[in-house]
This record gives sequence, C-alpha cells and structure tokens, in this order.
Amino acid sequence: MSEGPVVVVGASLAGLRAVESARKTGYAGRLLLVGAEEHLPYDRPPLSKAFLDPGEDPAVPHHRTEEELRALDVELRLGVPATSLDTDAREIVLGGDEQLRYDRLVIATGARARQLPGEQLDGVHTLRTVEDARSIRRALDGGCRMVVVGGGFIGSEVASAARKRDVDVTILEAAPLPLVRAVGEQMAAACADLHARNGTELRCGVSVTGLEGEDCVEGVALSDGSILPADLVVVGIGADPVTDWLTDSGLQVEDGVVCDETLRAAPEVYAAGDVARWHNPLFGRMMRLEHWTSAAEQGAAAARNALAPAEATPYSTVPYFWSDWYSDKLQMVGITAADEVTVIGDLDDTRWLALYRQEDLLVGALALNMPGKIMKYRAMIGRGSAWQDALAFAGR
Amino acid sequence: MRIVLDENKCSSLGMCESVAPDFFEVGDDGALKLLNPTPPGGRRALMEEAVAACPTSALSIEE
Ligand SMILES: Cc1cc2nc3c(=O)[nH]c(=O)nc-3n(C[C@H](O)[C@H](O)[C@H](O)COP(=O)(O)OP(=O)(O)OC[C@H]3O[C@@H](n4cnc5c(N)ncnc54)[C@H](O)[C@@H]3O)c2cc1C
Ligand code: SF4
Repeated sequence: MSEGPVVVVGASLAGLRAVESARKTGYAGRLLLVGAEEHLPYDRPPLSKAFLDPGEDPAVPHHRTEEELRALDVELRLGVPATSLDTDAREIVLGGDEQLRYDRLVIATGARARQLPGEQLDGVHTLRTVEDARSIRRALDGGCRMVVVGGGFIGSEVASAARKRDVDVTILEAAPLPLVRAVGEQMAAACADLHARNGTELRCGVSVTGLEGEDCVEGVALSDGSILPADLVVVGIGADPVTDWLTDSGLQVEDGVVCDETLRAAPEVYAAGDVARWHNPLFGRMMRLEHWTSAAEQGAAAARNALAPAEATPYSTVPYFWSDWYSDKLQMVGITAADEVTVIGDLDDTRWLALYRQEDLLVGALALNMPGKIMKYRAMIGRGSAWQDALAFAGR
Repeated sequence: MRIVLDENKCSSLGMCESVAPDFFEVGDDGALKLLNPTPPGGRRALMEEAVAACPTSALSIEE
C-alpha cells in the first residue's frame, strides 16, 4: 500500500468520491483534496433544476458537511487551483508557487462551460457553478426577457425553470435540431417537441453573431440579420474538460485526459469524471462522459486502482443520465450510435420509450416519463442482450 | 440492518435498482419499492453501494 500522500485535484463529485474511496480501501496515510472553488464539494444537477425555483434563496447543495470530511481525515485545500503537474518529480504546483509532492494522484478537474466568443456583458451567463446559478436566479426573480443559446440539456432545463415562473424564453440552436449527439437524429425531434408543448420558442438553424448592449446585454444579434431583445442570456453551448494546467505534464490530453480502462493516465496518475477520456470495455471504445453517475463511480474506482495498481480493475459502464424538462423526466441509458431506433408508444403522448439497435444488440434506450422501465433496459444493455429480447420485453 | 428511504428526496432515478435489482425497484408510477427493507448482513457491501449510487441521498442504512 502507498505511503502517501494521496492527492486528489478537483473537489467536486469525482474528487469527493475519490477521497471517500481511498479511506474505504483502508488507506490511512496523508490525503489531500485540492479544489479551485472556495466551496466544499457540492452537487451540480440541482443548479439547473430546483435551485432556480421561485422562493427563498436556496442553500449551496453540499454533498457533505465539513465535519463529515474532517472525520475522513482529509486535508482540504479549497480556493487554490493546481497550476501544473510534473509526473517525473511526482509533484504538482498549487496557486503558481506551492509545490506539493504526491505518491498517487487523482485528476478530477471536471469541465468548464464554453463561453460565447467576444466581450462579456452583464446579464450573460453560463451555468456551471453555484455563483452562476445564483446570478441566473436573481435575474429570473427580477423578471426578464430571456434567451437561451444552445438547445442542449442545460439550456433546456434553464428554459423549463423560466417557464415555471412564466418568463418568456426563446432557445436558439445553431444546428437543424438540438441534442442530436446526445439522443441521436431520430429522437432529437421528439425531445425538441417538448419545448413547443410547454410554450418555449425553439429556433433552430440560427447562430448568434453578436451581443447588443453597452454594459448590460440588451439583445442578441442573429445570423439571419434579426436582433432578439433580451436582458438575460444563458449560454449552454457545451463544456470543455479542464486540462490547461496539464500542458507540460507529459500526459496525453485529447479532449480530456486519456486513460486506459483502469482510468490510469500514467504511472501513479489516474483521472475520473468529466475530465477523463477512458476506454470503456463494455463498448470497446474511448469515451468521455459528462454524467453524474459515471463521475461518482469513476472517482471511487480511480482512487481504488491508484492505491492498488497491481489489482486494478477496469471501469466499465452503461452510460446513464437524466434531465428534468418542465414536468417531464427524460432518461437515457447506453449509446445512440445505432442502426435502428424503434419507438414504443406514441411520441405525441406524455410517455414513450425508444430503443436503439446496433447489429443484433440493444445498445441504448431513451425514455420520457417511464422511470419504472429504464433501469431494466440498462441492465439488459450491460448483459449484452439481444435486440429481439429487448423488443419482447417491451411487448413487441 | 434496515434500508430507509426518504420519499421526499427520491426522484425515481433508479440508480439503486441498477446496483441491486433484487432489493430496489422503481414502479411505473415512479415510486420506489423496497423489495426487502431488511437485507441480510452478508449484503452490506452491496447496500452501501446502492446508497452511494443515489444522486439525491434518499437512501440510508439503519442498524
Ligand atoms: C447545471 C448542471 C446540471 C447538470 N445536470 C445533470 C443531470 O441532470 N444528470 C446528470 O447525469 N448529470 C448532470 N450534470 C453533470 C454532472 O454534474 C457532472 O457530470 C459532474 O459534476 C462531474 O463531476 P466532476 O467531479 O467530474 O467535475 P466537476 O463537477 O466539473 O468538478 C470539477 C472541480 O474541479 C475544480 N477544478 C478545476 N480545475 C482545477 C484545478 N486546476 N485545480 C483544482 N481544482 C480544479 C473545479 O473548480 C470543480 O470544482 C449537470 C451539470 C451541470 C453543470
Ligand atoms: S437512486 Fe435514489 S432517487 Fe433514485 S430511485 Fe433510488 S432512492 Fe430514488
């Protein structure tokens, strides 16, 4: 077992699960959790959901209290970013000037929201942190004309939150349909339709050419020449893995820290969560997920493997995420690269299920308001179930 | 050991079912059913995994 110290960089979901897992394996040495944010680890999914609901300002959705973390004997270094990594010297630098040696390192620096190019105006927000969510809340409380740039999950959830408060909102999507990468071509239209059902205008095939306004945003200029008035703009155009601090580390970085199937990036260095691109043995391919479940599981697995590399086990998973739109719940399991998609039920209905086939296997499932079924399909995908069996289970 | 569910926190995401389908099942109405609220001691590790898998911390173990 390692003498330590074990250092985890990134104090969010994956990092938290890494330190908890390190202790669970019996590691008793020095354990540090380094985070760029001032906060104790907190949960992000609520930020685009319940956190935006009208009413009292909600508390930060912390995963654990400070006492709970102290009980694990974790040294917290919050509010300081790691600024570089030297894998030969087994050393990271904190805040530009403090060297910290590690015996094992877990990288869990997550992702950061992509910004629109150009100057930043007041009233324009991305949504990744609790500060972002507070700013958006405040703007919604004040009443506003709202434009969401990007028809992905976060943009759609923020639009849902706005509609709950009767704020008018327009979603702009540059592609002909939103969410094509996330749910596949066939199902993207069915998801987009949920916006129309709930009174949100979705405009596809238009891109933003600029923002109008002096200090505060007043409008969004579009590629068709028109200007959409707005005093709140939420930009949801995706996130990039946070790897800038790894530039001179010698690690392979290609849209994430490249890892093998045990989440190992280099000797003694492992990665987990939104920042990790690893080989998922279940699908035989490299993946980088931005999902709660895999971030939590990878954090635990990375620390376990880092502490016992000789017994390292592969991390394989059927990807899973959920998203709350209006009063609807969307759940997706597996992958969307499919030869065929079969819809069970009626897409005009308030619940439906879509199954994704690759060759003769079930590889994915997307459900609207069918929480009782989705995990059964997830289990089937994990077992490598035949397409015919999935159809039979669905009553086809 | 006893599994305790906080129904106000559960949002029917089904991760617990994914980990331990013999103990948890989300119904079609979204309500979580505890199939065996008092699992045998030998299943502790699995139960701990199911509790940790819940994104809303709706599950806990009582002795
Ligand atoms: C608004 C929102 C809603 C979401 N909703 C859902 C959902 O409904 N379902 C779902 O499955 N997933 C959802 N997700 C995704 C999920 O939250 C992420 O997959 C998860 O947070 C990833 O955890 P992580 O620990 O890998 O990274 P992150 O949560 O991104 O955390 C990384 C941490 O590392 C810190 N950091 C970065 N660089 C450094 C550095 N150099 N030194 C030190 N610290 C650093 C960051 O400040 C951050 O605190 C949502 C995400 C957001 C933002
Ligand atoms: S994982 Fe949690 S939220 Fe999901 S069904 Fe189980 S108890 Fe409910």
